Amino acid sequence: MKYKFKIKNLDCANCANELERALSKIDIIRNVNISFMTERLYFECDDKDNALKEIKKIIKKEEPDVIIEEV
Amino acid sequence: MNRKLIRIIVSFVLMVIAFLLSFDLYRNILFVISYVIIGYDIVLKAIRNIFKGKVFDENFLMTIATIGAFFIGEFPEACAVMLFYQVGELFQSYAVDKSRKSIASLMDIRPDYANVYREEIEKVSPDEVNVGEIILVKPGEKIPLDGVITSGNSTLNTKALTGEVIPKKVGVNDEVLSGCINNDSVLKIKVTKEFGESTVSKILDLVENASSRKSKSENFISKFAKYYTPVVVLIALLLAIVPPFIIEGSSFNDWLYRAFSFLVVSCPCALVISIPLSFFGGIGAASKIGVLIKGSNYLEALANTEIVLCDKTGTLTEGVFKVQEIDAVGYSDEDLLKYASYAECFSNHPIAFSIKEAYGKEINNEFVTKTEEISGKGIKAKFFGKTILIGNEKLMHEYNISFKRSEKVGTIIYVAIDGKFAGTILIADKIKSDAYKAIELFRKNNVKKIVMLTGDQRNISEEVAKELKLDECHFELLPADKVSLAEELMSQKSVNGKLVFIGDGINDAPVLALSDIGVAMGALGSDAAVEAADLVIMTDEPSKIATSIQISKKTMRIVKQNILFAIAVKIIVLVLSAFGMASMWAAVFADVGVSILAILNALRILRVKFR
Repeated sequence: MKYKFKIKNLDCANCANELERALSKIDIIRNVNISFMTERLYFECDDKDNALKEIKKIIKKEEPDVIIEEV
Repeated sequence: MNRKLIRIIVSFVLMVIAFLLSFDLYRNILFVISYVIIGYDIVLKAIRNIFKGKVFDENFLMTIATIGAFFIGEFPEACAVMLFYQVGELFQSYAVDKSRKSIASLMDIRPDYANVYREEIEKVSPDEVNVGEIILVKPGEKIPLDGVITSGNSTLNTKALTGEVIPKKVGVNDEVLSGCINNDSVLKIKVTKEFGESTVSKILDLVENASSRKSKSENFISKFAKYYTPVVVLIALLLAIVPPFIIEGSSFNDWLYRAFSFLVVSCPCALVISIPLSFFGGIGAASKIGVLIKGSNYLEALANTEIVLCDKTGTLTEGVFKVQEIDAVGYSDEDLLKYASYAECFSNHPIAFSIKEAYGKEINNEFVTKTEEISGKGIKAKFFGKTILIGNEKLMHEYNISFKRSEKVGTIIYVAIDGKFAGTILIADKIKSDAYKAIELFRKNNVKKIVMLTGDQRNISEEVAKELKLDECHFELLPADKVSLAEELMSQKSVNGKLVFIGDGINDAPVLALSDIGVAMGALGSDAAVEAADLVIMTDEPSKIATSIQISKKTMRIVKQNILFAIAVKIIVLVLSAFGMASMWAAVFADVGVSILAILNALRILRVKFR
């Protein structure tokens, strides 16, 4: 399934790229994509709840100010 | 944002006062205060990040560079670097915010409410309205959901959807799309699609998701940034350590200063931001003229369009068969058309419709006493005591009527009245007037080859191709032939050249998928086409694709300028500061100044008027 979330408080375009790279390493999600301009996070996964848990873990580590919300 | 501005102003004033002071101690204290005001958040973030091992983080690099500068006694520089860095940040977020807003307003088509008939008229959120319910749209309101008009006549402003300025007339039984604004009078509309499925939602989704398909340039710059920062930081480290030991008589402070300059220049953000910003602007500029581009990658590819492959019917031609010419023999044109219309009055054939439409007056079919359909040939009818034959050549032969064969291109209808040839009516599809403009614009934008393909017959196709001066024309094609032709053309283009296919989106899915950029035209309302295409043109004007190529070229020019300019300035400043010829002031310019200039350059695309 494809999912889309709003991603807020990203500092800069490069931070978005770095966070995207970090999230891409989570093995239960695929095709991670962060659009800095539209503040959206896209990814595909089979298990949304676990995926979100993993994503939030990485975000807490990499960019603690960033929050994600359902669109 | 305002708080940051206040901090910048206070810090700046303190810095200026510090500059004017002559007594060193007060001066330095003021610089430190000014620095703390402007930079405390950066320093805090840096401390936080260092515990996570993020040494290539921008905050961290800035902190090291500025605090380092304090330690070697460069108070003004330390302060100024932080101040300008923050000015740059503020400007960046302002620019990003502004372009987000300007695109949001461009796409300001989301309706806030719907007036729905239930017990009485209720004002509800559009997503609460069910299919089949009747909604009321007053003048000046947005149509909230797709539907069919059940009562009322009005004109619609479709500009936000299609870029079209001329209002569209609508009446009962007309389909209307959500996002249009009702101009004149109240309309009652029966909802045919839920809000999530309606045109507005589809379009907003499409534009919003466009920036998720990244272009090569974006990927390049993001990769570049990934390596750039560590490399520059490493060189900075070497600069600080190695030369003082090797070069005799050199001072540690001097080399440290150069290393700190490196750290300032090593921040990648300035470089990175302007690229997505440019693409975002380009996609926005395109949606302003009614072209939806599904990804930055397609916007990028459009600039290299080499071959344009067009479907004929509905793309280059209007796709509607109309009476183009009447050639009466022994009657007036008007009379011939009248006889023909009456003879065809019971027919449901498309040709009958074209004839009746051209006649335009009411037909009283009581006057038609007898009609007989002669399969594959035409119609025989009696009207006011006259026997009318209307059909193709075969019909004329069958009734032994001598007639002059017409050499015109299109469908020719022969008419005979009381056994005598009375003339011909030419029915043909018409070339869109916009098609001429499109072809001209394609050529201007360096499209090398324009090819038409169609399932239609030879003479009609060749006529259109000749009229529009196309390079190639392929006719009488079956769907499978279209695919193999597209494959053939794909192999002909140069390495970076792109093939654009333009069709009406119906039955074109394989070719749409095969080509580099598949364009569905006039595709509003056709879900399958919107799904399959990479570019969706909301009106039926092919010239919009040519304009999109212009937008793409402009965007790519700006992107290239920004990449080249930013990298060049950074490298020059790096080299100069390595040799001690550039100060930290230059380094700040290489970071913040470049960033501001690149952003201003990127924002240009939003201001250019494309037609």
